[in-house]
Amino acid sequence: MRKIKELVIEKSLLTSALITIAVTIGIILVLSIETFRFFSEVSIIDFFTDTQWTPLFTEKHFGILPLLSGTLLTSFIAIAFALPVGLSISIYLSEYAPKSFRKTIKPLLELLASVPTVVYGFFALVVVTPFLQGIFPNLSGFNSLSAGIVMGIMIIPYISSISEDALHAVPKELREAAFGMGATKLQTAFKVIVPAASSGIIVSIILAISRAIGETMIVAIAAGQQPRLTLDPTVPIETITAYIVQVSLGDVQHGSMEYRTIFAAGITLFVFTFLLNSLSYWIRKKYQEKYE
Amino acid sequence: MEISMEKPIDEVIVLDNIIDLSLKKTPKIAVSNVKVWYDDFQAIKGIDMEIKPNTVTAFIGPSGCGKSTFLRLFNRMNDYVDSFKMEGKIKIDSKNIYKKKINVEELRKEVGMVFQKPNPFPKSIFENVAYGLKIQGIKDKKFIKERVESSLKQVALWNEVKDNLNKSGLALSGGQQQRLCIARTLAVEPSIILMDEPTSALDPISTAKIEELIFELKKKYTIVIVTHNMQQASRISDYTAFFYLGALIEFDKTKTIFTNPSKEQTENYITGRFG
Ligand SMILES: Nc1ncnc2c1ncn2[C@@H]1O[C@H](COP(=O)(O)OP(=O)(O)OP(=O)(O)O)[C@@H](O)[C@H]1O
Ligand SMILES: [Mg+2]
Repeated sequence: MRKIKELVIEKSLLTSALITIAVTIGIILVLSIETFRFFSEVSIIDFFTDTQWTPLFTEKHFGILPLLSGTLLTSFIAIAFALPVGLSISIYLSEYAPKSFRKTIKPLLELLASVPTVVYGFFALVVVTPFLQGIFPNLSGFNSLSAGIVMGIMIIPYISSISEDALHAVPKELREAAFGMGATKLQTAFKVIVPAASSGIIVSIILAISRAIGETMIVAIAAGQQPRLTLDPTVPIETITAYIVQVSLGDVQHGSMEYRTIFAAGITLFVFTFLLNSLSYWIRKKYQEKYE
Repeated sequence: MEISMEKPIDEVIVLDNIIDLSLKKTPKIAVSNVKVWYDDFQAIKGIDMEIKPNTVTAFIGPSGCGKSTFLRLFNRMNDYVDSFKMEGKIKIDSKNIYKKKINVEELRKEVGMVFQKPNPFPKSIFENVAYGLKIQGIKDKKFIKERVESSLKQVALWNEVKDNLNKSGLALSGGQQQRLCIARTLAVEPSIILMDEPTSALDPISTAKIEELIFELKKKYTIVIVTHNMQQASRISDYTAFFYLGALIEFDKTKTIFTNPSKEQTENYITGRFG
């Protein structure tokens, strides 16, 4: 009886695992097939070198670079904002804050990640952009700066929480060793604890980048829908994700060339986030070995 | 310490006189009426103790009796425990180390510590030993290099690692790591070294090496060592303090403690009848 029960549980666990794998393979397959069809009409060289992305216009260009630059620009701004803030928070919480404060503030910070992104997008558009326009009068109504900053706020907990876990996991012995040598709290934090937790911190940053690159709502609402190859954060741009939303919500014909562009854009995005996630997985793995 | 069998009686008496003379020197560490609490729990119940310079003092006693707590008072390592409270005075070189204006970082350069589990930094061997100098702001490369070498030589690790100074300290064996940690402590030239069960995680050969080292170090440093190993205490220490339930039961020359203790509890403990 017991044996049968275990067998049933084992098989059902296996089934769920297989379903997950099957779904993943299915997604990759659909992406690949449509992308393959796309590249039978558009040269892959044009795709990576053309500086215009205008599949919805009569004069069609299929250069991914403007979308890619939009994605990277907003993500860069987000990280530039979230990294110093998130890291400071994590170091403060792990090395300086009283235990009780740490216990209450950490879940509160993690709430930041659970605010619906549409709220963030709206916040960027109607609060942050007008505020920034007070400082930079040239700022367009849609721009990557405010979208990037708000996205930065959203990913702060990814950095602060995971980094804090990593800092906190540094063995107590190491802290005592540093203090015992006459190191100050600051020296201990920055010269011993942060380096010892560096792989965990890097993982947190990669996950945050990966999250920023895949973020859709904020950039779709606040950064505009104008594919543009630029590093200027004050003008409207479009990210890969925002483009996919735009096309999916619009009425392009199923099976048309316009329709296939979203798969090509999608697979580009997928490759990026996949590489980043693999990198973080690899670092974590290596890190675990080191401490065993 | 094995010499006494070979030497004529009168030389032994001279040796004993020297130890007695050192008794009269001003104490390196003077503890008066120290009490410690963790929240409401009293871990140390009013202890007085004087530790002479250039001696090895062993702290013994059953688990939980307060040896570590008491030892960590000397470099103020308990300060990081939120619930820690302390009363009484501890003077090192006649200076009260719990006075407000004491610089704790300065104190710890004077009072080094070696821990139970070897805890090298995840840095190279060289960086481990140089760490204390670097955080003091010392930049002179040649000076640091010399100090690293001399410290590693003092712990007899130099020959084993001199070709691999850039290797991670974590790549060494447990015993080597512990000697590295001692070298790291020596590099800042403290005058006191506190050791909390420094050999309890080591194999017998590494342990013997560290005991030998402690015997050497006594010439330059004052050493206080916590140990659960009675043979170790009797082999390496000049004085032994027996703690029980937060109180100092007996504190005397090691020879006296192990051959003729005045308290029954001490005798029971060292003969293994409890603890
Ligand atoms: N951080 C702490 N918070 C609360 N109580 C503590 C703390 N550290 C130690 N204690 C308590 O104080 C008492 C003395 O502990 P201490 O670690 O000094 O004992 P010890 O003699 O070193 O024991 P062992 O031989 O096991 O290392 C114990 O009862 C212990 O539970
Ligand atoms: Mg202890």
